[in-house]
Amino acid sequence: MNMKLHAAALLALTALAAPATAQTEIQWWHSMGGALGEWVNDQAKGFNEKQKDYKVTPVFKGSYDESMTAAIAAFRAGTAPNILQVFEVGTATMMASKGAIKPVTQVMKEGGIKFDPKVYVPAVAGYYTAPNGEMMSLPFNSSTPVFHYNKDAFKAAGIDPERPPTTWPEVALAAAKLKASGHKCPFSTSWQSWTQLESFSAWHNVEFATKRNGFLGMDTRLAFNTPLHVRHIENLANMSKQGLFVYKGRGNAADATFVSGECAMLTGSSALYGSVKRNAKFASGIGTLPYYPDVPGAPQNTVIGGASLWAMSGKKPEEYKAVAAFFNYLSDPQVQAVSHQRTGYLPITTEAFAITEKSGFYKQNPGTDVSVNQMIRKVTDKSRGIRLGNFVQIRAIIDEEMEQVWGGKKSAKEGLDAAKKRGDEQLERFEKANKG
Amino acid sequence: MVENRPAATALSHLVLMLGVLIIAFPVYITFIASTHTAEEIVQHVPMTLLPGNNMLESYKLALQGGQTEYGSKIAPVAPMLWVSLVTAMIISVCKIAISLLSAFAIVYFRFPFRNTVFWMIFVTLMLPVEVRILPTYKVVADLGMLNTYAGLTIPLIASATATFLFRQFFLTVPDELVEAARIDGAGPMRFFKDILLPLSTTSIAALFVIQFIYGWNQYLWPLLVTTSEDMYPVVMGIKRMITGGDAATEWNAVMATAILAMLPPALVVLLMQKWFVKGLVDTEK
Amino acid sequence: MAVEKRVRFKNWWLPWLLVAPQLVIVLVFFFWPAGQAIYQSLLTEDAFGTSTQFVGAENFLRLWHDESYLASFKTTALFSVLVAGLGLTLSLMLAVMADRVVRAANFYKTLLIWPYAVAPAVAGVVWLFMFAPSIGIVSFWLRVLGFDWNHLLDGGHAMALIVMASVWNQISYNFLFFLAGLQSIPKSLIEAAAIDGAGPWRRFWTVQFPLLTPTAFFLLVINIIYAFFHTFGIVDAATHGGPGKDTAILVYKVYFDGFKALDLGGSAAQSVVLMVIVIALTVVQFRYIEKRVNY
Repeated sequence: MNMKLHAAALLALTALAAPATAQTEIQWWHSMGGALGEWVNDQAKGFNEKQKDYKVTPVFKGSYDESMTAAIAAFRAGTAPNILQVFEVGTATMMASKGAIKPVTQVMKEGGIKFDPKVYVPAVAGYYTAPNGEMMSLPFNSSTPVFHYNKDAFKAAGIDPERPPTTWPEVALAAAKLKASGHKCPFSTSWQSWTQLESFSAWHNVEFATKRNGFLGMDTRLAFNTPLHVRHIENLANMSKQGLFVYKGRGNAADATFVSGECAMLTGSSALYGSVKRNAKFASGIGTLPYYPDVPGAPQNTVIGGASLWAMSGKKPEEYKAVAAFFNYLSDPQVQAVSHQRTGYLPITTEAFAITEKSGFYKQNPGTDVSVNQMIRKVTDKSRGIRLGNFVQIRAIIDEEMEQVWGGKKSAKEGLDAAKKRGDEQLERFEKANKG
Repeated sequence: MVENRPAATALSHLVLMLGVLIIAFPVYITFIASTHTAEEIVQHVPMTLLPGNNMLESYKLALQGGQTEYGSKIAPVAPMLWVSLVTAMIISVCKIAISLLSAFAIVYFRFPFRNTVFWMIFVTLMLPVEVRILPTYKVVADLGMLNTYAGLTIPLIASATATFLFRQFFLTVPDELVEAARIDGAGPMRFFKDILLPLSTTSIAALFVIQFIYGWNQYLWPLLVTTSEDMYPVVMGIKRMITGGDAATEWNAVMATAILAMLPPALVVLLMQKWFVKGLVDTEK
Repeated sequence: MAVEKRVRFKNWWLPWLLVAPQLVIVLVFFFWPAGQAIYQSLLTEDAFGTSTQFVGAENFLRLWHDESYLASFKTTALFSVLVAGLGLTLSLMLAVMADRVVRAANFYKTLLIWPYAVAPAVAGVVWLFMFAPSIGIVSFWLRVLGFDWNHLLDGGHAMALIVMASVWNQISYNFLFFLAGLQSIPKSLIEAAAIDGAGPWRRFWTVQFPLLTPTAFFLLVINIIYAFFHTFGIVDAATHGGPGKDTAILVYKVYFDGFKALDLGGSAAQSVVLMVIVIALTVVQFRYIEKRVNY
């Protein structure tokens, strides 16, 4: 007994006498290049300087796809990072890899940090939260689709530059006026699935996929071939035939055409704001995503894009404490407010939004509050976000079918039906593969 | 030139000039873009074909690194060029060395399973590295080679291009040379060193250029096996600056870095030209 | 292979020593990982490999039933023939011309080989600069000539774009090896033919081309492999396989499924199919075409 007590005492003394223990270092793999990479580095720096127990090392690992591949390779070889930034469409994939990740709620619990999910903006955090309320990943850089427009082009076409179109019929009218004034590309869109189908559905409070867009189960199936959706795609196809809507490619290829002044109106990410402010030679404005005024309940809120931070599994307890502390730091309203104003990404807590509003930022930078308003306003069960397996393939299928529609090879209904059929195959496969 | 045919020569020059214009046009555009500011590149579409005024600034930014007013931090290109240089040199030298030996063995010796060995080496061309990248990463990680030059290079010298080319070349070498060597009492390695190698200089030079550039332009593999920035090769640095959407890309810095990144390979091409001619001299077969 | 040298060395252990370095590397860094990659084609698993199911040939059967997969065989065949054919003929022509001229020879050679050094990442971007519908430099001039270029919605334009980009990428490579081959042909042979009264066209076909066949065979095999395996980056940068599926060559789907969609089992199955095709093509080339090569 005495020996044991002695030993215990000795151990306790050694622990107390030990010098400030080596910092727990954690690795954070991300895909932010350019100025955003600097933002990431500054986030880590801010955290590292604020305390001495933990150190976060950000590592740029290529694009979202490339860093996913790198993380998978690393995980299978036992060298995975602690934190991984994953784009929003990879959410279901990450959630299905249960053994590879640790939900944020659990991380915070293990890290001993009080965690109140209610401070997070529902429409933003909801995307990354399980139906039972458990937050799976921490929203990090979230954007939302907005309506960018070229004020100078509007003036030249005789449209009031301070009153952008808010409904789709108005967009068509404006496009016609722009074309009449000689504009070669009145309207285009980036991320056509995200803007014209996913956010379109949420904005009009209809489902993009069944089971509340996949939140309630893997037996979800696509639902974007309803008459409303067909009507919208048909409108766009007609606009395309008349040269009012010019397709500029998949992904965000169309962004460059807006910044260069080639296209006068663009539905794209709110995060484009920084590029536009810096590079565009014209006065630009931001409006809300257009909607159809005859649909009851529209507009609701839009679906976020961007990425979130996931905590990988299989790490030591001290490392999880570090991750929890870092996530806590990132959620701090002041830190959030600064980030939001610097990058244009959405604030993830309502308090950060309030701080920014109070500081007068939105008044000084008109248009920057559009994205926030679209998300903070309200959220319904149908507009909380989208959680589909094999989402990357589904988006590619949508791109392929839409291209056939814009090229005049298929009608809107044919395209949407084909996309639904092919997309459902992907969902079935995902369901089967993850039944366990 | 054997005889003087001015018309044919003029035609050759014309075709070559056209070829150069078409093939080298993208290089020209890259250079032009590096002499403008990022805003000019994005705003003027189509981009002008004339150089701009921003050349010094762009290249200073690329070489020394620094912060643009937009807030992007450009990493200096010199350390990355060094990593690329070492990687490319190791890959080309090692690949050529082991392939020379293998091709020599396969062509000039008769041993059991000779054909199998050739096809085993040759089949490495049939499954590109991207397809087997995850398990290859695991092997490299298990061997403790992450973040090392060994990890960056050794898996890339497994493929068979060089062995195949040398095999082709060795098969064209006349047998009389071997017989002559045998009569002189020279063993196989003497033959290899004194006769075969000097004959092969043209092929070696061509392969060196190709393998150097191949090693130099590696992106995906280094992305996977490095986590510390001081092991990033230059193409990774370039890709990192192309942000792909949510932030503005500093195109002038990207293009300036790309041009700088093309200088060492250009040097290699120029130097290897000498070896082409040299090979000519000894081929009085 | 059918080609043999008559004279050989008689050592029995030396050849093994000589091939050992390459064999070891190939075994450790190719066969072992390749075996695992191929084994993945028999599995269905989540991206991180935390839950794996053995499914036998199911991934392969699914390919067989996928209409768009079968359609991409045709697309790939067309693409590969165009890329290999154009790539070889154009670069041969340039190499022959470059071999002829005396003045400015180095200038041409450097400028024709150097573009190979453009990093693929940058090349993709530059091609988009040049070909962006309506604003790219090249599409601008095409429109001036009356040709409405839009590779985003026209499948033919899209195929032309990726063929051009792929050929461009390989021309420097082919040119370099053709040139090396031409320059190692002894001048004496050419002079002898000239003395016999053969003009440059005859000389090419009777002296130069036959001696060039080993190099040409090498390049043929390499270009086919290139077209089948190494062009996914170009498709990804230029068309993403679109519009629709008009430029979705087989290897692009392998890349997309493996790296973007993270369907590792499906991607591995497609790689196996692709590998079998290319091995078959290569065997055919060695068996039937190598016969006509002059060593």
